[in-house]
Amino acid sequence: MSTTFKHAPGFVSGDRPKIVTSRFEFVDSFTIERYLATDGYKGLRAALSRPANEIHDDVKSATVLGRGGAGFPAGTKWGLTPQQVWPRYLVVNGDESEPGTYKDRLLMERDPHQLIEGCLIACYAAGLSQCFLYIRGEMALAQERVAIALNEAYAAGYVGKNILGSKFSVDIVLHWGAGAYVVGEETALIESLEGNRGMPRLKPPFFPAVNGLYGQPTIVNNVETLANLPWLLCNGVAAYTAIGTKTSPGTRMVAVSGHVKRPGVFEIINGTTTFRDLIFGEDFCGGIKNDNKLKAFVPGGGSAPWFTADQLDLPFEASQVGPAGSMLGSGAVIVMDETTDIPAAALTLTHFYAHESCGKCTPCREGGTWLERILRRIVDGDGTDADLQQLLEVGAMICPGDFPHAANEKLGLTAVPFPYKMTTICFVGPSAFAPVHSALTLFRSEFESRVTKRVTIPVTSVSSVKTVTTATPVGVHS
Amino acid sequence: MTIVDPEKIVVDPNVVNITINDKPVLARKGEVIIAAADRTDDFIPRFCYHPRMSSVGMCRQCLVEVETPRGPMMVVSCMTPVAEGQIVRTATDTVKKAQEGVLELLLANHPLDCPVCDKGGECPLQDQAFSHGPGESRFVEEKRHYEKPIAISDIVYLDRERCILCDRCTRFADEVAGDPLISFTSRGNDTQVMTFPEEPFSSYFSGNTVQICPVGALTAKPYRFKARPWDLNETETTCTSCSVGCRIVVQSSRDELVRFQGVDIDPVNWGWLCDRGRYNFESVNSTERLTTPLIKSDSGLVQSSWSVALDSAARIIRHALTNNADSVAILGGARGTNEDAFAWALLADELKINQRDSQLGDGLTPEIFNLAQATIDETCAASTIILLAPDLKEELPVLYLRIRDTAQKRKSRIIEFSSHDSGLTPYAWRSVAFEPGRQAQVVRESLETKEMQEQIQRGEVVVVVGRANLAENEAFTLHALGEVLHAIPNAKILPVLRRGNVRGAVAVGLTPQQNSGDAIDILTKAAAGKINCLILLGANPLADVADSILVKQALAQIKSVISIDTFVTSSNQNADVVFPAAAFAEKNGTTTNLEGRVSNVTQQITPRGTSRPDWMIATELGLSLGIDLGVSSLDELHQKMISAIPEFSSCDNEAAIQSDGVLMVHETSATISRGSTVLVDRNSYSYRLIVSRTMYDAAQSTITSNSLVGIITDSTIYVHPLDLARIGVVDGTNIRVGADEINIVLPVRAHSGIHRGTAWLPYNHTNVDIRPLLNIAADVIDVRIEQIK
Repeated sequence: MSTTFKHAPGFVSGDRPKIVTSRFEFVDSFTIERYLATDGYKGLRAALSRPANEIHDDVKSATVLGRGGAGFPAGTKWGLTPQQVWPRYLVVNGDESEPGTYKDRLLMERDPHQLIEGCLIACYAAGLSQCFLYIRGEMALAQERVAIALNEAYAAGYVGKNILGSKFSVDIVLHWGAGAYVVGEETALIESLEGNRGMPRLKPPFFPAVNGLYGQPTIVNNVETLANLPWLLCNGVAAYTAIGTKTSPGTRMVAVSGHVKRPGVFEIINGTTTFRDLIFGEDFCGGIKNDNKLKAFVPGGGSAPWFTADQLDLPFEASQVGPAGSMLGSGAVIVMDETTDIPAAALTLTHFYAHESCGKCTPCREGGTWLERILRRIVDGDGTDADLQQLLEVGAMICPGDFPHAANEKLGLTAVPFPYKMTTICFVGPSAFAPVHSALTLFRSEFESRVTKRVTIPVTSVSSVKTVTTATPVGVHS
Repeated sequence: MTIVDPEKIVVDPNVVNITINDKPVLARKGEVIIAAADRTDDFIPRFCYHPRMSSVGMCRQCLVEVETPRGPMMVVSCMTPVAEGQIVRTATDTVKKAQEGVLELLLANHPLDCPVCDKGGECPLQDQAFSHGPGESRFVEEKRHYEKPIAISDIVYLDRERCILCDRCTRFADEVAGDPLISFTSRGNDTQVMTFPEEPFSSYFSGNTVQICPVGALTAKPYRFKARPWDLNETETTCTSCSVGCRIVVQSSRDELVRFQGVDIDPVNWGWLCDRGRYNFESVNSTERLTTPLIKSDSGLVQSSWSVALDSAARIIRHALTNNADSVAILGGARGTNEDAFAWALLADELKINQRDSQLGDGLTPEIFNLAQATIDETCAASTIILLAPDLKEELPVLYLRIRDTAQKRKSRIIEFSSHDSGLTPYAWRSVAFEPGRQAQVVRESLETKEMQEQIQRGEVVVVVGRANLAENEAFTLHALGEVLHAIPNAKILPVLRRGNVRGAVAVGLTPQQNSGDAIDILTKAAAGKINCLILLGANPLADVADSILVKQALAQIKSVISIDTFVTSSNQNADVVFPAAAFAEKNGTTTNLEGRVSNVTQQITPRGTSRPDWMIATELGLSLGIDLGVSSLDELHQKMISAIPEFSSCDNEAAIQSDGVLMVHETSATISRGSTVLVDRNSYSYRLIVSRTMYDAAQSTITSNSLVGIITDSTIYVHPLDLARIGVVDGTNIRVGADEINIVLPVRAHSGIHRGTAWLPYNHTNVDIRPLLNIAADVIDVRIEQIK
C-alpha cells in the first residue's frame, strides 16, 4: 500500500509552497507517528525555548491574518486582552459552516496534531491558561481524529502539566457543537460553549478579548490561523513573509465548489494568486466544467456579494477585494457557469441564512424569511414586478444604505465598496440579503423574465382558517 | 456675581457629558444611551430594553446614530454605554428609516388582533407603531400561525402569534426570579417562547412577565377579557398582603377590582410583585364577602343593622368590663391600616383593655423593632447578610427577589442559618443547617470560625430575622439572634414579621400592655375560663394560631366573641356580633412595611355592602359605649396619630403620600441577650418537626381568589430521601404522624432539601389539618412517622 497519494480526497496539491497542508499527501497524515516524523511539535519546542513575548512579536511581525472571515491579524488580536486577568482562554473556532467552505474540516481530519500544536503555541505566546476546541457537530470524522490526536498528545506530554518539562501548562478541552451556523460567530460560539442557546452577543460590551467566555478575556481563533503557527515557528518570520505579499503574507486555503473541472481545497499563495488563476489555472481548477462560460462566482463564502468575469483578475488580497465590492471571507469560492438559474441560486443561499437565523435580531429573523418567501414566489413563477423592488426594500431594513456590489462594465455599474451598514448584531442577517442583492443587481433581467405581469399576488388559501358567518349580527340588542 | 475659580470646581467623576439631538445631557458613567435619553424629551422606541434587567439588544428598535471618527454609526442605544463628548442623534432620516423598518418587520408576523387583545390600548407595540412605525405594511405573505393561547401555568396564558420575541419574560424568569422555566425554542422565523415538556411556568413571580410583556402575548387568567385599558380607573397604593409593602397600582372597572400592577420604586419592589399579592384581589370581589353586620340568634348568625349590632356589641363589652377589665381581650389588627389599628388602640386605652396582641403567636417579640434597624436597601448594600429567617421566597417573595439580586450581582454575601433548604440557599455564600432548638449553639460555633470572622470583618452586617418555624419556641430564634449580636455587636436588624401591617399595629399599641401576656397567653387564659369577651380584629385564631387544640378550648370557654372581618371564618362563625369590614382598596390610610416605611393605601372601589373601615367601627363602637375618641374623619385620626405616636411623627400626609413613603422615626433602645437555650434532645426514633408557611396556603384571601385556590396543595410531610427509605415507604404513601396522643394521616414525600432526622410540614394546607400536632407549650415538637400497617 502506498503511503502517499497525489490528490487526497477534497484536497488538490501542487508545486506551490505548503504551510498548512504539507502532510496531506500522506495516507496516515493524522497519526502522531507521521506528525513526529515530519517535524511535528518542533515548532512547540522552538517556542518554549524562547520567551513568550518574543513568540508573540514573531506572530505580529509575520502578520498572520485571521482565516475565519474578518482577516484580522492574530498577533494584534492577542494583544487586546487585558494583562494580569486570570483565567484567560483560547477558544478555537472549528464550527466551520459557511456555505462552500470546508478547509478547516480537512485541517482537522488530516492534520489534527498541527492544530493542537498551533493551539499550544498560541496559548504560550498570548499567555492563555486554557484552550477550548469547538468542533462543529456535523463533522464526525474531524471530532474523532482530533479526539484521538489529543489523547496521543496528552500521553506524549505535549498537552497538560509542564509541557515538555517546561513551566508551561495548558489543558485543551474538546467541545462538539450541536449544529447551528450562527455559532461560527465568535460571541455565539462562546454562548454555546457556556451551555446557552447559541445567540450572538453585542460588541460592545462583549468583546471576547476583554469579556468573553465566562466573562474572562478570551481569544477566538480560526483553525487555519492556528495551523499556521507550527510552520512559522519552525521556519521563522522571514520564510513566512517571503511567501505572499506584505499585507497578506503566507498562504491560505481556498475551497472551490460549483461548475469547475476540478473542485477542491487549494493552498494558494496569499495576495498574489488571482481568481482567474484559481478558476482557470491548470494547477488549480482547470477551468469551467464542459468549457462553459463563467457567469458569476462568490469570492468568499455564501455571504459574500458576487463577482463576475470582470473581477477575475483580482488577487486574494483583502485590500483589493473590499473596495471592489465583496470580501474574501472564509476562503470559499463558488463558481456558477452560464447554465445557472440565478434566482434559484440566490434562493438556495437565502434559504440557508433565513433558516440558520438564530431568531435574536428582528431584522434577520423576520426579514430573512420575508426575503426567502418573496424569492421563492418569483422562482415559482408567482412573482410580480413589484416584488423585485420589494426585495431591495426588505433588504434595506436589514442593511440600510448602499449595499456593496461589484462593478460591471456591461451594465455600467461602478463598485460599491465593502462593508455595509446593518441593523443586526451579527452578519447572518446581511448574509441573507447579499445573494439577493448581487443577483438582482447583476442579473436583473433574469428576474424580470421570471415575474409575471400580474398586478396582484395570488393569496394561497389556508385550510385552517375558516370564514364564519353568523345568521344574526352579534352584539345587536333589540 | 461670584467668580468661581475654575480650578476649584469639583467635577463629579461619574458624570459624562453627551449630547442627544444637539441638546446637552448629563449622563452617569456606565449608563446606556437609552437610559440617559429617558430623562430628556426625546423618546427612543424600544421593546426588549427594561431598566431593571440586563440589555440584550434583541429587538433592534432602539437604533440611534452616534458620531464616530468614521462618520455616523448606527448602534442600539440599549447596549451602547455613554462616553464623554458622545453625539447621539435619535431622529435622523437613517435612524427613522431603520426604526420604521424594524417596526414593519415586527408587525409582519404579528396577528394584529388588537380588537380582541387585552393589551390593546396600553400596548407598546400598538403605541410605537403609531409613533415610530411606517404606517402601512408591505407584507403580503401568510402570517405565522400557532395555536392560540396555550396555558403555560395555572395563571398565565401564552399567545405565540402575538409574541415579538423580545426576551423580556424569559430574561425575567432567569435573571430576576431565578425560575428559568420558559425559554426560546426553535430558531430563525420559528423561534418561540416555550416551557419545557411537562414543566409548567409555575413561578411565584409569573405575573411580572405579563406586566412587562410589550404585546398581548402573555395574559393572566384573572384579567383576561375583563376590561379595556381605557375603561380602567386606577390609583397608586401599597400592597398589604405581606409586610414587604410593594408599591402597586390598583385598577378597577365598574367598581370592581380587575388588576394590580407593580410600580417601580427604588427602595422596595423595583416594579416586581409576587403572584399572590398580584392576584388575591379576587378575594375582595368575592361574593362570599360580608356585606351587613351579623348577630347571633338561635338559628346561628343572622343579618342585622349597624345600630342593632353596635348596641349589641357595646352591651357585651360593657357587661364584660363591669365584671373585670382583664376579662376582655383584643386579637389582631395587623391587617388594616395604621389608622385602623390606632383607633382600636385608642378605644382599648379608653376601656383599659390591656390584653391585646396583633401578632398571633407566630411572630417575635416587638422588642426586635427597637434594635438598630436596616432598610431593605441597606440590607442589600451590606457586605454580609445573615439570614435567621423563614424562607423568604415563600413568605416575603419580593424581599427574596431583592436579596437574591444582591447576591447574584455579588454585592453581598449571604450567610444562612436554616433548618432546611430555602429559596435563598442556592445563592447563599454559606448555608449552615441546624436542628430546630439548636440554632443558638450552631450560630455561636459557626460565627467563631476563621472564614466567617473574615467575612464579617469585610463591612456592614445585616441580620434578617423572623420566625422560621412554628413548631418551636420563639425563644430559640431570639437566642440565636442574641448570639449573632454578641459576635457582631454593630450588626443591624431587618425584622421580617410577615403580617401586612404588623409593624404599624405594634407601633400604635396593639401589643400586650402593662405586662399582660401575648396572644398565646390570652388564649391560654381563655381556655382556663378567664376571658369573657374576645374582640377579633380580622384575626382568625383557628387558622392563624398554630395550636388548634388550645384555640378550640379557648373559643369554647369564651362567653362572647365580637369579630370585625371581611368573611365568615371558622373562628367567627359562632360569634355574637360580626361587623363587616372594608377590605384592601376599599379604604384610605397608611401602612407600615417591615423596614418601618410608612406609605399610603388608597381607596379605589366602594366598600361592599355596608362594610366600613375598622377605624370607623372603633369610633362608632366607642360612641355606643359612651366614649368619644375625638375623631370624625380619617384625616383627623391621622393627625392625632402622628402627634400621639412618636414613631409616626415623620409621617405627615404629604410625606406618606409619596410613592417611596417615609421611614418611621426609630430609636434604638433594646438589646437582645444571648440567653441560655436548653438544648432539647431528640430520640433517634422520632423526627424533629419544622412547620413553616408556603406562598399558596389556605389563607382566607387565597381560598377566596378563584385563580389561586386551585394552586393550593394538600398537606404533605417532607423528609430526606434516606429517611423515606428508613420509614420503609415510597414517595407519596400515606403515613401516620404522631406526637403525644395525637395522630394524623397524610402523604409523605422525599425532599433533598430537608436534613436527616427532621421533617418539614407546610402550614395551613388543605385536606388534612396538621395543627393538632402543634402543642404550643412544647419547646420543640418531635413526631413519630410510621407506616400504616
